[in-house]
Amino acid sequence: MNALTGNKTLVDTSSVTGWAVDADPRNDPTYPYRERDKDPGLTSNWQRPPVQQSNVEILQSIEHIRRPAVFGTANPPSGVSGMIRRVAFRYSESNWMHWLLLMGADRINVVEGVVEDLGRGKVPNIPGEMGVRAEWKHNKKGLATKVAVMAAIGVGAYALFSRRRTRQPAPSKSVTRLEL
Amino acid sequence: MLAMDYRGPYRVRVEEKKMPRIEHPRDAIVRVTRSCICGSDLHLYHGMVPDTRVGTTFGHEFCGIVEEVGDEVTNLKAGDHVLVPFNIACGQCHFCKQGLFGNCHESNPQATAVGGIFGYSHTAGGFQGGQAEYARVPYADFGATLIPDWMDPDDAVLLTDVVPTGYQAAEMGGIQKGDTVVIFGAGPVGLMAARSAWLFGAGRVIVFDHLEYRLEFARTFGPAEVYNFKEVDDVVVFMKKTTDGLGADVAIDAVGGDAAGNALQWLFGTKLKLEAGNAIALHWAINSVKKGGIVSIVGVYGPTGNIVPIGNVVNKGLTLRANQASVKRLLPRLIDHVKAGRINPKAMITHRIPLEDIADAYHMFSAKLDNCIKPVLIPNAA
Repeated sequence: MNALTGNKTLVDTSSVTGWAVDADPRNDPTYPYRERDKDPGLTSNWQRPPVQQSNVEILQSIEHIRRPAVFGTANPPSGVSGMIRRVAFRYSESNWMHWLLLMGADRINVVEGVVEDLGRGKVPNIPGEMGVRAEWKHNKKGLATKVAVMAAIGVGAYALFSRRRTRQPAPSKSVTRLEL
Repeated sequence: MLAMDYRGPYRVRVEEKKMPRIEHPRDAIVRVTRSCICGSDLHLYHGMVPDTRVGTTFGHEFCGIVEEVGDEVTNLKAGDHVLVPFNIACGQCHFCKQGLFGNCHESNPQATAVGGIFGYSHTAGGFQGGQAEYARVPYADFGATLIPDWMDPDDAVLLTDVVPTGYQAAEMGGIQKGDTVVIFGAGPVGLMAARSAWLFGAGRVIVFDHLEYRLEFARTFGPAEVYNFKEVDDVVVFMKKTTDGLGADVAIDAVGGDAAGNALQWLFGTKLKLEAGNAIALHWAINSVKKGGIVSIVGVYGPTGNIVPIGNVVNKGLTLRANQASVKRLLPRLIDHVKAGRINPKAMITHRIPLEDIADAYHMFSAKLDNCIKPVLIPNAA
């Protein structure tokens, strides 16, 4: 029995182009389960494609018993983020530590990216990279709100910081007291 | 060549990069003519997928013209216009032999849980993607598919992911004639799932989202009954009431980890990254399907974990079915559907944007500006 409630059917199926052309009672169990024995006996042996050769460092899941035949060679691990990624790959995909370390490395990699830009004499246009032009074109009100909120947070933080600095006792006095 | 360049969460730009080269005898180099931004690219853009390295070029939905082929590619030649499935699949491993082309075991050293995917982080193989003027296509002799002469390239590029993903969502639902199907998400994949549900004989198709312009589109594109979950007190109660207290026969999660709709999930999953995204759509799917029903998941989640009511899956006797779409397996049938006019993928394209404006394109799609449903990037070299 299905849960069709006739009086609530808002779309007349006879008006739908192609209605039920792919209906098939044999579609149950459906893909992918129905394909489970399509190639019985294959187990782990298959004729492998030629194996890609490369000198680039490729990190590999420890759940693999051998390196897959093709892989991407862009952006090999480097810097501090690369060191963290190498540690992450000591853990299996089932271990939370693997993913947490990779996420941490990703964040550090962002800072490395900015440093790399500056090292090449390029100041990244961060508002531009974040699509500020589209925001200006399609959501001026939203952009104005964001700018106002950020300005308010900036002014508030500055005011708080300034007040704390004026309240701090002069360091020379405390040094004097310690000496006594 | 010009290519998209990831610089960190919410930060992308176009950079001059080295031309890709043949690195394997089954490679091809393709000059990209169309490349889409996919909803799942937003998971990368938002920094939710581990091992997304600065300098990565995203883009797993693209088509283009073959420029060069490796020694073992005998079925393609320079000048062929091809669409490139987002899965990188060898076609001969244990999993490919079963038609599981989204689960190839010979294309991703970094993980065993997912096969290689173009431009989808090192967790998916570390391949550069197609949001560029040129792309390296591994296993081109198996994946890359000639675009029929009669086919519009705008339809072809959507056959690389969105259309098969939506179609497979419906297929995995095991839909029988007359079934009620509820779909969470009215993005391009949800729209295609709604359209495909009818092809499998659904009797009723319901779509939930919170963006009115997308719901309005789904109403006619599906066609479907559409509801804004922000205007419904409780999605699950609503679904029970509208199905005589039973629940839908099939529920499809076409959202994944970038969902809206639950503050706690958003905080812990989307913002703090303590979960693999916000799983509220999956939560609703599990709870609004009937006992013994099928939940089909094509929404993308990260590789860690999510809080979902798994106890209800047991107690209700549900069947969960999920996968990355097996594009190559589905292409012959989907090409037929396009030819027969049963599906019209290009109707979903709302924006055509030069590759150079990639940062604005990503922000527009991410922030849902200008009623954006599907943006297509057009490289200069196209």
